[in-house]
Amino acid sequence: MEMPKSTIGVPELVVEDLEYARKRKTYNMRIALVYAGLIAYFLVVAYPLLWMVISSFKSTEEIFNHSWSLPHTWLFENYVTAWNSGISSYFLNSVMVTGMTCMLTVLVSALGAYGLSRFDFRGKAFILVICLGGLMLSPQVSLIPLYNIIQKLGIYNTHWALILPYVAYRIPLTILLIRAYFLSIPKELEEAARLDGCTNLGILFRIFIPMSKPILLTTVILTAYYTWNEFMFAIIFIDDDSLRTIPAGLMQFRDALQTDWGVLLSGLTISAAPIVILFLFMQKYFIRGIASGSVK
Amino acid sequence: MIKPDKFVPYLYLLPALVFLLLVYIPIFQNIGDSMYNWSTFSPDKAFVGMDNYFTLFKDPVFYEALKNNILYAVISIVFQVFGGLIVAAVLEDKLIRKFSPIFRTVYFLPVVVSMTVIALLFSFFYNPEVGLLNQFLKMIGLNNLALPWLGDSETAIYAVIAVSQWQSIGYIAMLYIVSIQKISPELYEAAEMDGANKIKTFFHITVPATKEMTFVAVILTLTGAFTVFNEPYILTGGGPGTSSEVLSTYLYKTAFSKDMMGYASAIATVILIITLLISLVQMKIFKTGKED
Repeated sequence: MEMPKSTIGVPELVVEDLEYARKRKTYNMRIALVYAGLIAYFLVVAYPLLWMVISSFKSTEEIFNHSWSLPHTWLFENYVTAWNSGISSYFLNSVMVTGMTCMLTVLVSALGAYGLSRFDFRGKAFILVICLGGLMLSPQVSLIPLYNIIQKLGIYNTHWALILPYVAYRIPLTILLIRAYFLSIPKELEEAARLDGCTNLGILFRIFIPMSKPILLTTVILTAYYTWNEFMFAIIFIDDDSLRTIPAGLMQFRDALQTDWGVLLSGLTISAAPIVILFLFMQKYFIRGIASGSVK
Repeated sequence: MIKPDKFVPYLYLLPALVFLLLVYIPIFQNIGDSMYNWSTFSPDKAFVGMDNYFTLFKDPVFYEALKNNILYAVISIVFQVFGGLIVAAVLEDKLIRKFSPIFRTVYFLPVVVSMTVIALLFSFFYNPEVGLLNQFLKMIGLNNLALPWLGDSETAIYAVIAVSQWQSIGYIAMLYIVSIQKISPELYEAAEMDGANKIKTFFHITVPATKEMTFVAVILTLTGAFTVFNEPYILTGGGPGTSSEVLSTYLYKTAFSKDMMGYASAIATVILIITLLISLVQMKIFKTGKED
């Protein structure tokens, strides 16, 4: 049903157009304002990070006197100096602790999630409650007893003093995430495998784990993110500077380099880079994990 | 479901349960520890009952720390929960959506940078003479606002809280974005046909439809605010004086600088009670929510 426009009087049409144009104008103004706000917030967030990277190529004198400009000469050697004055060892320690924590967390959680999703047994509900409860407990409350337990276990001032508590605090979330995924795997597959003579453990490793790659990747990313950035345990459970991970090591690094801002900023940039890069390339998994866990 | 040998499922859960001991034993042990006076280097513990708590409840530093945690909570709820929701709603608007991935990614970026890096970076910005913040304020003519932000006991806690907001608004916004994406687009189309403006649509569709996420966001920010440690520890160490002390930094100092382990355990118990109360409220609200 099309009404020919010519039935509307011409003067009326002009009035409508003017009205429309005026509305359009305020409308565009509003959108421009919203964009201005978004861009302002964008700058507030992005500029400090960009400044960190740009200034990491400057000399201290230049950072002081020409804070906002690009480096006069790009001092790549700041990175070499930072790497050689401690960052390399912190970085490798972090890689080691993060790698071990991720492996143990995924393995222990996958086993637990399999037990919780494929078997019926006494105490199952209770174990689920324990996992849920574990989500609510914050490490601050456990700090002192944990410090003593770690000393009694003889692992104080070793990487295990970080790895074991990290795994312990990560598994409540990862078990629940992996369990939810396992529950969605059709039973027929499992029954078929069983007919072929697959054992329980075989089913876990041949069917469940290969089919759950997305959620396993999500848990690895979440665990890596947590472990790489964890600070409180890292400064308390390790005393030896040569064993420190990046977040704790940076404090030492700052004290040692108080006057060398360029090198210090290079150190900060190196420390932040791995997880930022991981995030930029794996955004989907990152966000899925963070949204489903709603836990930082 | 399979019913094999009775102990098989427990074998699968055994490693996880052993690790969970590291989460649960300390909670109970901490409560016991708080009834003794003891230090790491002296082997004997003296039982003092509830004395540590009586002392704590008369300790002005404890109240200052608690007050700062409450301030943290209030400001974080306004900026992160309310601010995050607005940011998410704007980014999910169909007029903006074309560019929202880039905004979203950048807004989220600080979340993946460790607080150690961020706090050390911001201590450059807050530097009274050469820091960017005061340089910027002077540039736009606000010379009298160029304060020694971290060095003044009036402003230190606010400067610390600001850093947390800078990091976390993008995080809560991302949670809301996921939640808004689940709202049926037809609701928005219908509202548009009815001639509802954006603000009305926000309050009548977006806010109610993301109610559940708001609960989650409030719980997360509250728990975060009452357990915060890294930001004040790195930026001010709780100072000047005790002006930016929070419960966790006070706990840390009492335990590891003053070696008053029993007293520190009492502080930890207070943090435990606060976080448990928050969790209880959460469970209660979620339960009643389900019964609706």
